[in-house]
Amino acid sequence: MVKVNGVELDIAGKTISEYLACTDYDTTRIAVERNGEIVFKSQYGETVLKDEDSLEVVSFVGGG
Amino acid sequence: MIPTEQEMLSALQSRHGTKLQSKFSASAVAVCGLGGLGSNIAIALARAGVGKLILIDYDRVDITNLHRQQYKANQIGRYKTEALRENLLEIAPYINIETVNERLTEDNFYGYLKNADVVCEAFDCAQAKAMLTNGVLERLPSCYLVAASGMAGMGSPNAIRTRSVTKRFYLCGDGVSDVENTMGLVAPRVMLCAAHQAQTVLRIIAGEFEV
Repeated sequence: MVKVNGVELDIAGKTISEYLACTDYDTTRIAVERNGEIVFKSQYGETVLKDEDSLEVVSFVGGG
Repeated sequence: MIPTEQEMLSALQSRHGTKLQSKFSASAVAVCGLGGLGSNIAIALARAGVGKLILIDYDRVDITNLHRQQYKANQIGRYKTEALRENLLEIAPYINIETVNERLTEDNFYGYLKNADVVCEAFDCAQAKAMLTNGVLERLPSCYLVAASGMAGMGSPNAIRTRSVTKRFYLCGDGVSDVENTMGLVAPRVMLCAAHQAQTVLRIIAGEFEV
């Protein structure tokens, strides 16, 4: 299982791009952290999620 | 009568202690976006005696900015970089200010931010926030980023908080209050978020990394 924003999901084996494609996230508004490190945007397609990974998708909202 | 540089420094040292003040004085902080967040962040950091601020915005002061941004009615039409520089120098006459009157993009941010110890993301637009966050964390490996997301509307002040996403990435705000889905931005709530960002910057400079 992969923990995404605190929720356990059965997505081990998928890439970050594949996971994001199944969600409503707007990829132009996000940053992704995996196991304490930022994932470079260029690596979303190559980063395969492993069992026990912890992922956070930060989705920015407007205003400042 | 404006105090001398030594008098200003002595006053800061008497408040913060010599050791902490020397860290503040030696630091360079970039503020990206000079709206409700950035203008308030810059004033807080200038008051605290941060040595150098890099102020970045392409826009001019508009009458609709005055309800939350640290500009004055007689500055409408001026570039925000120049208006804010003027306001900051009235508070902290010896601060080192660099201004960049351009829109930050993926292609140009590195050159402007490479000498900053800490970068504040203070944009209005969600896409620009994400661009800068990813850019700084990917390409400036020794720099800290303090970003903001979710401070619009009339929600509780207590929902505004700071957390660390990674060791170099701090995020302030309530995470959800989008300017698109609320009545807009109000001064105190934006100032609260700006204060979270400014205090986080000072803590990083002081070597305090816990939130």
